[in-house]
Amino acid sequence: MKIAVCIKRTPDSESRFKVAAGGSGIDEAGLKFDIDDFASYAVEAALQINEKQGPGETIVIAVGPDAIQETLRKAMSMGVDRAVHLKAEAAPFDGIAIAKALAAELKSGGFDLILFGKHAFDTGAGIVGTATAELLGLPCITAASKLEIAGGKGTARREIEGAGEMVEFSLPAVVTVDEGIARPRYPSLKGIMAAKKKPMEIKPAQLGPLRVTVKAMELPAERPPGRIIGQGAAAVPQLVKLLQNEAKVL
Amino acid sequence: MPNVLVFAETRAAGLRKVALEAVTAARAFVDSAGGGEVHALVAGPAGAASHAATLGKYGADVVLTCEHAGFARYAREATAATLAERAKKGYRAVFVPFSANGRDLAARVAARLDAPLASDVTSIAAAGDAITVKHPGYANKVIIELTIAGPLAVISIRPSAFTPAEKPKSPRGESVAPAADPGAERVVVKDVVEGAKGKLDLGEAPVIVAGGRGLKAAEHFKLVEDLAAAFGNAAVGATRAVTDDGWRPHSDQIGQTGRQVSPQLYVAIGISGAIQHLAGMRTSRTIVAINKDPEAPIFKVADYGIVGDAFEIVPALTAAILEARKGH
Repeated sequence: MKIAVCIKRTPDSESRFKVAAGGSGIDEAGLKFDIDDFASYAVEAALQINEKQGPGETIVIAVGPDAIQETLRKAMSMGVDRAVHLKAEAAPFDGIAIAKALAAELKSGGFDLILFGKHAFDTGAGIVGTATAELLGLPCITAASKLEIAGGKGTARREIEGAGEMVEFSLPAVVTVDEGIARPRYPSLKGIMAAKKKPMEIKPAQLGPLRVTVKAMELPAERPPGRIIGQGAAAVPQLVKLLQNEAKVL
Repeated sequence: MPNVLVFAETRAAGLRKVALEAVTAARAFVDSAGGGEVHALVAGPAGAASHAATLGKYGADVVLTCEHAGFARYAREATAATLAERAKKGYRAVFVPFSANGRDLAARVAARLDAPLASDVTSIAAAGDAITVKHPGYANKVIIELTIAGPLAVISIRPSAFTPAEKPKSPRGESVAPAADPGAERVVVKDVVEGAKGKLDLGEAPVIVAGGRGLKAAEHFKLVEDLAAAFGNAAVGATRAVTDDGWRPHSDQIGQTGRQVSPQLYVAIGISGAIQHLAGMRTSRTIVAINKDPEAPIFKVADYGIVGDAFEIVPALTAAILEARKGH
């Protein structure tokens, strides 16, 4: 099968963030960037599908500045065959604009399956995959936690707040993946060496006008410092009193 | 006079709390922007029109009902087509809950309308010709303020960010035809596997009792379940370590890669408070932590911490809550 995976580069989620001077972005100094967690699950899912289905091609695509090339290489070191870098000054916060750039690239690619992470850590917006599917006119399953592909058809499970939705669809289709779908492999040394020679196509991203833009960023208000009210079961009566009279949640 | 179209989400023929939150957000936005109308669209099987009174109570001026047997489950393509079609009738914005299905729908509608979309917002304000919203990004570690340009914006609303507030209207009812056949979906829902009957969802429960590795074994989650049952309005959550070990299903996971929750009360039992877990619950209104390690990071965010053995403290707390709630 011919599978495309659209990925994003995001900072290490365990980082402590600071707002950059000017207030419209985070301070990137000292941050480690890598393939977004959900995007890495999508890459792994694509590789497993093609390993199971026999000969196929897996392609990664990303929108962003030149730094994204390192992330595309990482996906290729995991086993992806080739990469497309859609060059933009920065990855914008306008998900619909990114979807347009991706759809323009994917439109004539003849892909059987296009995978995305369900959202990326930085924006947490969950727009791009589903919107790209709509622009391409393809069926789309958002946030699949299980995915099976066989005989030109797919089945998937989505978690919908306390229930699981089981769906069936035919290919070509777009699927955005949730955690639990696949555990991403570590690139082997051989994979890393091979990735250096794999093809990467670079072209401008056709984003169009950006209509959602960052006005400001700020750190959230800190919670009041924590308070330990006591030790052991002896502290339970006081806890219940505080929940009743102070927090008023009982 | 900006009018706002709200998608009033239903599940199993019932209105969801997120629908009332979105109507509340729309009412507040419209009133602060100089007045206008809130139109709520409900798609469901026959009987969906019965939600009009409730939607009116929370501030809907018009309730649009789209009844079709195919809307008994989430018909993503037909719902998107119907909402997008209606949105072309001169609205300033479309509000959709940022629920599992709402986030799917919002992206579809924005793409169909070629309208800008801002996701998972916690506040909304008119700013001249634009709309500004706040969205907690980077797993709630950075508040991002976004400007949305253009005549029509799609905005998805973070669950629990707006508290449903009554603002009674006598809504006009209108029925709307599906803009696409819900029986002809390309993504066919074969089954919806409900969780345990009567189980509250993590996103909607006013109280969450969550357990971590400190419980030592899957069977000890009984303590967590008993405490949740004592509250009567609580859902059970877990840390990633616990769901990875299979003690609880993945759908119970709270944290950066799981559910992000903001209940009135969050009780963390045997949870050390790794940064990824805190990212999923730090916006809870009141946090209680029970942990044997006084240095555990969870105590840095807990309004009320008790240091000690969960196996001794939790049963005592369960009994005390049952006692306190007697007569409720």
